[in-house]
Amino acid sequence: MGIAELFLKSSFARGVHPVAHKETAGKPIRRMPFAQRLVLPLSQHIGKPSRALVRVGEEVVRGQPIAEADGAMSVPLHAPADGVIEAIGLHVSARGPWTESIVLRVYQGSPQRVAWADPVDPERLDHEQLIAAIQATGMVGLGGAAFPSHLKLGVPVEHPIHTLVVNGCECEPYLTCDHRLMLEYPQDLIAGIRLAMRALGASRAMIGVEDNKVDALIAIRPHLPADGSISVHAVETKYPQGAEKMLIKSLLGQEVPAGGLPMQLGIVVNNVGTLAMLGRLIKSGEGMTERVVTITGPGIAKPGDYWVPIGTPLRDLLAWAGARDCTEREVILGGPMMGQSVASLDVPISKGVSGVLVFDRREAHAPAAKNWPCIHCGACIDACPMGLNPTLLGLLVAKREFEQMAGKYHLGDCFECGCCTYACPSQIPLVQQFRAAKAFLRARASA
Amino acid sequence: MKPTIELRAAPHVHSGISVPVIMRNVVGALLPICAFSVWQYGISAAALILTVTASCLLTERFFSSRTGLGNTLADWSAAITGILLALTLPPNFPLWMGVVAGFIAIALGKSLFGGMGFNPFNPALVGRAFVQGAFPSTIASFVPSYAPQRFTEFVPSTLTAPLMQAADNSAWIGHAAIDAFTGATPLARWKFENFTYSAGDFMTGVVTASAGETSAILILACGVYLAMRRYLDWRIPVAVLGSALILAWAFHLAVPARYPEPVFVLLSGGLMLGAIFMATDMATSPVTPVGVWIYGALIGIVSVVIRYFGGLTEGVMYAILIANAASPLIDQMTQPKVFGARSR
Repeated sequence: MGIAELFLKSSFARGVHPVAHKETAGKPIRRMPFAQRLVLPLSQHIGKPSRALVRVGEEVVRGQPIAEADGAMSVPLHAPADGVIEAIGLHVSARGPWTESIVLRVYQGSPQRVAWADPVDPERLDHEQLIAAIQATGMVGLGGAAFPSHLKLGVPVEHPIHTLVVNGCECEPYLTCDHRLMLEYPQDLIAGIRLAMRALGASRAMIGVEDNKVDALIAIRPHLPADGSISVHAVETKYPQGAEKMLIKSLLGQEVPAGGLPMQLGIVVNNVGTLAMLGRLIKSGEGMTERVVTITGPGIAKPGDYWVPIGTPLRDLLAWAGARDCTEREVILGGPMMGQSVASLDVPISKGVSGVLVFDRREAHAPAAKNWPCIHCGACIDACPMGLNPTLLGLLVAKREFEQMAGKYHLGDCFECGCCTYACPSQIPLVQQFRAAKAFLRARASA
Repeated sequence: MKPTIELRAAPHVHSGISVPVIMRNVVGALLPICAFSVWQYGISAAALILTVTASCLLTERFFSSRTGLGNTLADWSAAITGILLALTLPPNFPLWMGVVAGFIAIALGKSLFGGMGFNPFNPALVGRAFVQGAFPSTIASFVPSYAPQRFTEFVPSTLTAPLMQAADNSAWIGHAAIDAFTGATPLARWKFENFTYSAGDFMTGVVTASAGETSAILILACGVYLAMRRYLDWRIPVAVLGSALILAWAFHLAVPARYPEPVFVLLSGGLMLGAIFMATDMATSPVTPVGVWIYGALIGIVSVVIRYFGGLTEGVMYAILIANAASPLIDQMTQPKVFGARSR
């Protein structure tokens, strides 16, 4: 691959260009110290909650499974530190005020080495064993969806997979954790990609990286295998380039059918952070006990990427990263486009949290409380990567025409990327309205 | 003070381009055109622009506070209507008639439908269409540009007493001692005398017409600025001017003696102001990517057809109003293709 190819790239249509704010990209990943207490919700993934294996008062070592997968649609949970189980009960989490959680009091004097591991040679595992080994790591999609990795990589046999698309776009503004992982752990990434290719039976893997991270492309390239089965490609820096369907369009020129999944085209998409972590964990036989989190935003004194133990409460994390004193602030888990703001600093970091973003009042582009009537400018239509008509959907939601939205105007294809709301000059909370409409339709369908 | 946490729905960032920002920039882009008009026509033009705009703002304030919308002046949209309306009127238009035009524009063109975003027709053109019907002779009478006394004396018709016929301007025009003044707009001279102006005449403003018609190049420059800042949809003026140009060119090639040069069609009349500032009114134009091209082409074609075959000298206003009426239908017929949908 020549230098010229870095500048020759196809892309999906529409989308938006928010200011990147990737200020933390230049700083190496640092380690966050262990908090006094770690809070570990049993449901940090999509699927069935894990089942606790420990009792209150029990001592655990770092890496020890403290909860097991409850069936195939679940993942285990590992102790992120040496310590003692202090409580098992309801605790506030990003999912809501009361989530079943294990509270671990950390032994501060402990060296915190991973003491529970079962190293295997992944090359010797057959398909079943490999999927089981992936499930045993407790890995979920680290890009934010938190979908169990063993399910994502254990595609049903009726869908033969030929291509693994590796998402290194990190199109959300502010976030740099995937960027740093690509720079600092390219071997782990390639190991993870090989594993995933074996699990899927895919013959090739394509890594897509936005062209504002050329250093990551250069860092990965020397580690690519000589047989050309893994390739790395620059894609346009544009939000939401990291969305599965958008990246497939950009890399392969194919459109996943509306309402369909990439596997129907023989493609599976995985995020670089997930694969780098998987490459690391399978080899050493460890469970997932920590992840890289970008902590940044105008309200943070020491912004950067950190290895954060799973379960670290936001309060401790922000104290360490130096959250500035301000009377009003917004704390967001994830990126500014799709992240969720939290109501309490007692919320812990869970497996799917890629970033913690603190906005204070000075954040200039925060949507104002004020909004105006729709002026039919069409900015949302020019932004929507899915080719929907958010103008019309927004008018229909006001009339509570939910069925028409879902039927004639493809509400189900909206994946809530937020482009329409970002672009709307009337600052109408379109995505929020669409979420409400979908929730209404779901409630009606299940009633 | 105890820190508080704010909860907001994603996305937590915004492009920064809000309604008042767009509208304020459009107003800003109209100011050079206003300044040029005042340079050409003096204090009468200034008084007309201020009066019509004030009429629009007061009407907007009156209705918005009474319909529970609060103070909507801050969104700047009423100011745009006022300035645009003033630019479509003769600079010597009686001020009281300007007040009527401004009131009708906002009251019937906008507030009646629920305010900004809900109006089916461009409010400025609704006001203009009303006074065209109400005062047909006054709206067609002009004074010459660059009259020497334009900065010291009002044109008599400007200060016509309310509810009275427009005062006679012949003495004022005579005083200006301008040779060969016809008082007809370029389009009227073309239609009735088969006389065409050169492109240069439009750039310097020596032609006689309403303020918005005399500065096509300046309007184009302001439009390019707005399009580059993404405050207006460039596709609409390109479609309007492009379709008008192609049609005019075809006519000119067929019968050169009868039909003027295409560039005359683009620069004369209200086509440039209409294409850039009125056809692009967001509330009244389609939203779909295909729809805006159809809408723009419709305006360009209807404008030329009215000019060439209609009884009126100028058709841009009606072309835009017709296209406004068609735009919901255009939208309905040009829904965007959903990602991953089988091609229709």
